[in-house]
Amino acid sequence: MSTATPATTPSAKKNLGYKTFAIGKFGFERDEYFAHIHYPGGVQTMPVDAFLRALMRDVGWGFFYGTVNFDHVIGTINHYGTVELFAGLLNEAYRSKNLHYVETFDSKDLKKVFEQMLDDWTNEGFDPYAAPDETGNAYGPKRGNNTKALKRERIVSARMVGLPGDLPYRTDAAGQFINRQFTDVPQDSPEVHAEPGFEGEVHAFNMFAYASRSDVTWNPSVVSNVKDSQICATTEEYILPIFHGNDRVEWFIQVCDEITWEVADGKTGNPRAKVTMKAGDVAAMPADIRHKGYSPKRSILIVWENNDSTLPKRYSGGELKPYPVEF
Amino acid sequence: MTAAQTVFGSLKHFEKGHVDVIDDNPKHYVLSNVFEVASKSKPYEKVAVGQNLRYVIEAIRAEGTSPWYTASHDESALIMDGTVEIHLIKPEKALVPDSKEGTVKLDSEPKGKKMGWIKAWRGHMALLPKGAAYQFRSAAPAVLLLQTIKGDHTIERWADICQTE
Repeated sequence: MSTATPATTPSAKKNLGYKTFAIGKFGFERDEYFAHIHYPGGVQTMPVDAFLRALMRDVGWGFFYGTVNFDHVIGTINHYGTVELFAGLLNEAYRSKNLHYVETFDSKDLKKVFEQMLDDWTNEGFDPYAAPDETGNAYGPKRGNNTKALKRERIVSARMVGLPGDLPYRTDAAGQFINRQFTDVPQDSPEVHAEPGFEGEVHAFNMFAYASRSDVTWNPSVVSNVKDSQICATTEEYILPIFHGNDRVEWFIQVCDEITWEVADGKTGNPRAKVTMKAGDVAAMPADIRHKGYSPKRSILIVWENNDSTLPKRYSGGELKPYPVEF
Repeated sequence: MTAAQTVFGSLKHFEKGHVDVIDDNPKHYVLSNVFEVASKSKPYEKVAVGQNLRYVIEAIRAEGTSPWYTASHDESALIMDGTVEIHLIKPEKALVPDSKEGTVKLDSEPKGKKMGWIKAWRGHMALLPKGAAYQFRSAAPAVLLLQTIKGDHTIERWADICQTE
C-alpha cells in the first residue's frame, strides 16, 4: 500500500501541503476546492467538503450497511470483512459503456487509508459531522487538523441507554450540550420508582432530550434493542452527505420536523420516488433503493434497523422481497 | 437569531407526509402516521406501523387501564404524546417460554413481586424487561410506540393506514 500517487492533475503540482493517497489502482488527491479520485479509465472530481463528509460517514460507520455512494460515481459496498471500492459500478450509463471499475479490499486496509486521508485533508475548524452552519470551511491550502472531531464513532447501546454498564446519558458536564435548534426540547426526566433490588430493570430515560444533545448529524446511534431489532436515534440537518443503498429494509420514524427523501434505484441510480416525512410519520426504505435526505431544520429521526447478519445474502439472493409488507 | 421551534406531532395536531412516485409503487414505502393510526384505534390495540421480518413497531393508543402483558424478551415503549404510567411485576414463575415471541396478554394481574412503576410522557423511552409483567395506565388518550416482535396481538391493517396510490 502506498500513500504516494503520481501527480495527474494540475492541482497536484501545487504545494498546498496535502498528501496524496493510493490503494490498489485507486489514487486520491485534493486541491483547494476539490477531491480527485483516480481509477483505471478515469478521474472523478467532487467538492472536497462533500467528499470529506461522505468519507467521515464511511469511516465512522465502518462502511455501514450495504452501499455508501459518495456521489453518482464513487462509492463502497460493505461485505463485512471485505469492501468493494468502485467507480461507476452503480451508474447505468457507466455500466452500459463498460466504464466502471471495482476493486475489493480487506476492510481494515481501506479503512486505514481512508482514516489517514480524512485526517490529513480535514483542516482546523472543519468538522465533517457537523451541519454547515456549525462549522468552518474545508477549503484552501492545508491548515492544521481536526483529529479530535474525526475520532467520533457510531455508538451502540447493548440494551438501552442509561442502564448500568450501558451507554451513559448525554450531559452538560460531559460537554454534550443541547443543540442550538433544540433549545425548546424538554430536558425533563421520567419518574422512575423502582423497588429495592429492581433498580437496574425498572428504567426509563428521555430519549428526545438525549437526541437533542447529539453534536453530529446523519449519524445514527443505537439506543434500544430487542434481539436484532435496533432503534437508532439521530439528528439530521442539511443534506445526508451520501446516497445510502441499504442491503436490507430500513425504516424511518420522523420524531419531529420534516425530512424529504430522494429515492433512486439501488443499481442504476434512476429516480423512483420522493418521500416527505412529517412528525409521527413512519416509512420503509426498500432493500433495492438508495436514498438521500434533506432536512431544512435540525430534526430527530429514528432509524430502525434489523441487525441480522444473514439478511444481505437473503435479499440479494432473492429469498426476501425488497419491500417489507404486502397489502 | 430566531428561537428554535421544534415541531412535534400529537393526537390533536398532526400532518401526514406523502410519497411522490416517479417510478415505483407507493405501497413499497408503507407510509403511515402514528398519530393518525392512534386516533382511529381502540385503546390498547397494537397496530403495526413497521415490520422488519419478525420485528415490529406497534402504535398504541393508551387510554384507561390496559390488560397485563408480558414477553419472553425485552420490549421498549416510547411515549409520543400524553402521559402513561407503566406498572411492573416480577412473576413468581416464568409466564411464557423463551420460544414464544411477541407480547402475550395475561388474563389477570399475575402473582409476584412488585418491581416498581414509571411515569413517562412525550419523549421518554421505557424498558419493558424480559419476563416482567406490565400494565399501562393513562388518564387521557396518549400514544406510544412499542418496539417488539410480531405476536398474537399484533394487528395488521396496512391498507387502512398507508398511502396506497
